[in-house]
Amino acid sequence: MSDRQPASDGDLDDIYREIILDHYRRPRNRGLLDHPDISAEGVNPVCGDQIRLSLKLAGEQITATGFKGSGCAISQSSASLMTEAIKLHDLSSAERMRHEFESMMTDGAEPAEELGDLAALQGVAKFHARVKCALLPWKVLAEAIKERDGSPVTVTTES
Amino acid sequence: MLDVARIRADFPILNRQVHGRRLVYLDNGATTQKPVQVIEALTRFYSLHNANVHRGVHTLSDEATELYEDVRAKVAAFINAHSAAEIVFTRNTTESINLVASGWARRNLRPGDEIVVTAMEHHSNLVPWQLAAAATGARVRAIPFLADGTLDMDNARQVLGSGKARLLAVVHMSNVLGTINPVEELTRLAHDAGALVLVDGAQSVPHLPTDVRELDADFLAFSAHKMLGPTGVGVLWGRRGLLDAMDPYQGGGSMIATVEIEHSTWAETPQKFEAGTPNIADVVAFGAAIDYLLDLGMGNVRAHEVALTRYALEQLAALPETHIFGPAQPEQRGGIITFGYAGLHPHDIAQVLDQYGVAVRAGHHCTQPLHRALNLDVGATTRASLYIYNDRDDIDALVDALGRTGRFFGVTGAHSGSGVPR
Repeated sequence: MSDRQPASDGDLDDIYREIILDHYRRPRNRGLLDHPDISAEGVNPVCGDQIRLSLKLAGEQITATGFKGSGCAISQSSASLMTEAIKLHDLSSAERMRHEFESMMTDGAEPAEELGDLAALQGVAKFHARVKCALLPWKVLAEAIKERDGSPVTVTTES
Repeated sequence: MLDVARIRADFPILNRQVHGRRLVYLDNGATTQKPVQVIEALTRFYSLHNANVHRGVHTLSDEATELYEDVRAKVAAFINAHSAAEIVFTRNTTESINLVASGWARRNLRPGDEIVVTAMEHHSNLVPWQLAAAATGARVRAIPFLADGTLDMDNARQVLGSGKARLLAVVHMSNVLGTINPVEELTRLAHDAGALVLVDGAQSVPHLPTDVRELDADFLAFSAHKMLGPTGVGVLWGRRGLLDAMDPYQGGGSMIATVEIEHSTWAETPQKFEAGTPNIADVVAFGAAIDYLLDLGMGNVRAHEVALTRYALEQLAALPETHIFGPAQPEQRGGIITFGYAGLHPHDIAQVLDQYGVAVRAGHHCTQPLHRALNLDVGATTRASLYIYNDRDDIDALVDALGRTGRFFGVTGAHSGSGVPR
């Protein structure tokens, strides 16, 4: 650890980029949808973060998104950014974006172009304790898609 | 009082920088830093005396055994136990509690019996009892705590007086609220009801003068690493008669008297509970930690922390939008200060504080039921916890960094109480 660069406020700006703070302060798509087609819920038992997600579909297309949750700036802004990004996309492309997002967060991959503003969360990847915060809404999305024909479920970051 | 500047000189890690700033270590409830005396004891053991204990005739084994057993006697004296035989070395507080849950509770509890805990227990003094209850048909009940962070003693009298309690497992100092529970009074209530008492001393033994004869409890569990010692060493103190009557915790070498193919007989207490090669070097270094604390005087350690806690509570209360959990009076609590700030999530607070070199803990601190009882928006809090090498500068650094945190997230005004603009 001794060769680590002395960090300054610059590092803080890496993790909390302006776009993240903006989505934290003014979350988009906040609130659950009435009569959603698919929904799921997830928790991070380590810090108590919660995300509930609801989607409306027209065929395979996501026509509306809504989330409700409580937690840190990273998990809540990630949910806000995700619900913006997947809107009007097919479920299959939402799944692809999820894989792209996960490789950015866990494998150090450069953000795929279609991730758009979600690339702002790339800086979180080097703060290992916080990666789970960013991934939580995406785990909930995966579960929602998987459980499409079943009843809503709860996932955790520990599974 | 303590000479903090002199103490700090003994802790090499306090010289390092974090993110280009002086390390302000306020996570002592999780683990404490180690003085050079402990670090040197560890390397001295491996450099000069390393051998296995209790089995060799050769010089090194003899030396290692003597060093190891000397620390057992030292620990006994530190808590005023009657004899070294009452001291069992384990891995940590958690294992000490599991040892009693396994060796005493599983053997002695019956369906309908009650294990009484409190709503402020660490998971380590809760989950082992749930397992013992599931195995025996006993039930776990919790004494709640009041809004001021103190235990509901009316409820304690009621629960312990029900006639069903067989064991009270209670934390001496809460690792979240800082509350110092009235263990002597609780022990009287439990003993009057015919129940045994296990005290979780993980947070109290490092910070308060401890006398097991005054506490009058039956078991006391604590960890070396929260009191300047190495990780990997825990202590279980128990009354000799109880330990003698208990089942072994693990089977293996060192814990036996005679072994046949189909059965064995056990060694005497405490060897009966120390199967296999113990953590010899770390126990030996733990002895240096106890010497260090004895040299300071545990009364002085406590007085230092009361004064510093008073200062910290005042400074944090002066910061707008801060909520401090636990008793308001420093005399009723330890130097564990858990707080909420400006509606920010504890992980965000701890992340920004880290950038200013301030190490605090964020999360549920292994006390989910306690956090549920606090009824927060998120099941997590931020905790600053003090020790002998902390001083007012550390508290000022915490308060200053908190003010910066609020301004960073744009949730507090220009005035933070710290007076340092970003």
